[in-house]
Amino acid sequence: MTKLAPVLSAHWDEKDSFTLEGYKRHGGYTASAKALAMDPDAVIQLVKDSGLRGRGGAGFPTGMKWGFIPQGDNKDHYLVVNADESEPGTCKDTPLLMANPHVLIEGCIIACHAIRAKHAFIYIRGEVTHVVRRVNQAIEDAYAAGILGNGIDVVLHIGAGAYICGEETALLDSLEGFRGQPRLRPPFPAIAGLYARPTVVNNVESIASVPAIIKNGAEWYQSMGTEKSKGTTLYSLSGHVVNPGQFEAPLGITLREILDLAGGVRPGHKLKFWTPGGSSTPLFTDAHLDTPLDYEGVAAAGSMLGTKALQIFDETTCVVRAVLRWTEFYKHESCGKCTPCREGTWWLVQILRDLEAGKGTEADLAKLLDLCDNIMGRSFCALGDGATSPITSSIKYFRDEYIAHLTHGGCPFDPVASTLFAGAGA
Amino acid sequence: MAYSDEDFQIMDSIIKRYPRPRSAIMPLLHYVQSKAGYVTNEGIEVIAKVLQLEAAEVTAVSTFYTQYKPTPVGEYHVGVCTNTLCAVMGGDAIFASLKDHLGIGNDEVTADGKVSLEHIECNAACDYAPVVMANWEFYDNQTVESAKDLVDSMRAGNPKPPTRGPNKLVTWKEASAVLAGLNDGLAHEGVQAGEPTLLGLKLSKEGK
Repeated sequence: MTKLAPVLSAHWDEKDSFTLEGYKRHGGYTASAKALAMDPDAVIQLVKDSGLRGRGGAGFPTGMKWGFIPQGDNKDHYLVVNADESEPGTCKDTPLLMANPHVLIEGCIIACHAIRAKHAFIYIRGEVTHVVRRVNQAIEDAYAAGILGNGIDVVLHIGAGAYICGEETALLDSLEGFRGQPRLRPPFPAIAGLYARPTVVNNVESIASVPAIIKNGAEWYQSMGTEKSKGTTLYSLSGHVVNPGQFEAPLGITLREILDLAGGVRPGHKLKFWTPGGSSTPLFTDAHLDTPLDYEGVAAAGSMLGTKALQIFDETTCVVRAVLRWTEFYKHESCGKCTPCREGTWWLVQILRDLEAGKGTEADLAKLLDLCDNIMGRSFCALGDGATSPITSSIKYFRDEYIAHLTHGGCPFDPVASTLFAGAGA
Repeated sequence: MAYSDEDFQIMDSIIKRYPRPRSAIMPLLHYVQSKAGYVTNEGIEVIAKVLQLEAAEVTAVSTFYTQYKPTPVGEYHVGVCTNTLCAVMGGDAIFASLKDHLGIGNDEVTADGKVSLEHIECNAACDYAPVVMANWEFYDNQTVESAKDLVDSMRAGNPKPPTRGPNKLVTWKEASAVLAGLNDGLAHEGVQAGEPTLLGLKLSKEGK
C-alpha cells in the first residue's frame, strides 16, 4: 500500500493540467458550484469539520479562521491568498500554481462565498515570471467562462522581492501600496485587515485544498493524517538526496519513509542535519528520522512543521557555513521596523562570520545564544524569531563543530565536496 | 522617454483592478521598468501623478523592494541563488565563476548591456537546486559550465530557453510587463511541471 496520497498533485502529470479544459476534465469547478448552493455557514462548518489547518507554516485551523469574520457588519470583506512563497527551502506553492492554477481560483470562490467576500486577491511573489503568466491566464479564462465576475472577483497582485511580505500583515501593507512592514496585532486581519476591513489571509495550499474537501466531504479528509493533523499535504524534499521532489502524503509520514521513496541520501554519504519546515524551523538530525511529520509530532521533538520544506544536508556540509548563510538572509530581509530584529540580525552575522573564519572565541557562542534570547519574541512579527532557530538548534547539536573552526583556524570543510557536481558519489 | 496616451490608458487599467488606487503602486513600478528598464525619476513622477501621491511616497515604496532597480540592468538579468541549500550544492561556485567569466561583480552589468548579475535568495525551486534565474524565469539544475553557456548564449543574442518557462527567454523589459500583470500570451508554453515536481505522483502510481 502506497504511503503517498496525491490529491492536490493528482493530475499534474497531464500536459495541459494548467488549462481550464484540463482542470474541468477531472471535475474542476463542480465543488464551487456545490458550495455556492450551500449556506455560507455550512461551508465554514464543513471546512472546520474536515480538520484542515493552514499550510503556510503556523497550522491554524482554516475553518476557524473563516469563522472569525464578523457577519452582518455591512462592511466589505476580503480574501487574500498568500502566494509569496519565499521561506528558504519552501517550494510547494510555486509548482502547484504552475501545474494547476485553477484549483486555487476555485478555492477562492468557495472561501469568498463562505466569508461573504466579493473580492479575492492573490499576492504572488514577483520572481516567478512564468507562474505569474499561468495564474493570470487562468484568471482571464475563468472570467471568459463566466466562472468569475458573477459576484466574485479575483485580482492577481505581483510582489517585488521582499521575503517579509510573506508575513500576513506586511503583505497587507504591501497590497495597500506601502512598504511591506508588519503591523502590531491586535487588531487581527479578521477584524481590521486589508483597507481596515475584515480579511482572511490564507496560504495557497490551504485554499487549494478546499475544493477536494467540498467535493469529497469532511469525513474523507478526516480519514487521512493523524489525530490532530488531518488530510494530505505537500512535502518538498531537497538537497543531498538521490531524487529530490514533491511528495504529497497524509500528515504524519516520517522523513525515513520519504527518503526511502526518494532513493535515500546521495550514495556514499549520510544524513547530517535537515530542516522540517524551512530555515525558520529548528534543525533536526538523524535522531529525528522517525519523527511523525505532523504539527504535533514535530513540535514535540523541538521544532515546527512549518512549510514542510525538508532540506537535507549530508556530512560534507559545514553547519556553520549553512547557518551563517541563513542568518545573512534574515539580516538582509529584516524590514527594519523593530530594533531587536534589525540590529540583532546584524550582530548575529558579524559574530558568525568571525566564527566561520576561525577568528572568534568560545565565548562568542554564549554571546550568540544571549543575542538570540534578546531577539526572540521581541518584535512585531516572527522574522527575528525565525532567525534564531538555525543558530540555537545548531549550537545545541553541533557545538563541537563551531569549536573546530576555532581550533582549526577556519572552516575545516571542503566546500567542493558538498556541491552536486563535484561531490556526487565521492 | 515620454509616456504616450496608450501608456496612460494601460496605467489606468492597472489602477482600476483595485478598490483603492494606491494599491496599484507596485504593478505601476513594474510597468515603469517595462518601459525604461529600471525605475527612473520620470517614472516615479508619472506614478505620483496618476496616483495623486508625492514622488517621495512612490520612492519610499520603490526602494523597499529589491526587484525595483534604481539603475539599468542588462537585457538579461541573471540571478544565482546563493541561499544556503543552493549555495552548498553549487550556487556559490556558479556565482563565483559567472563573476569571473563576465568580468563583473554583484549588481553589475556587462559593458555591452546584455547581462547583469545578482546573487538572489531562495526562489522556491529547491528540488531543482542549484537554481539560476534569468529575467525571473527558471533555469533548473545548473552547473558551472551550463551557467557559463547560458550567459554566453545571451551575449550572442540567442539565449537558451528556460527549463520551466516559455519556449524563448523574453527580455527584462518584456518580463517586467508580465509582472505588471499584462498578459503576453505565453502562459501555454513550456512544461506544466518538471520531473521533481511529479516524482511523488509517479511513485504513487507505481504503488510505492
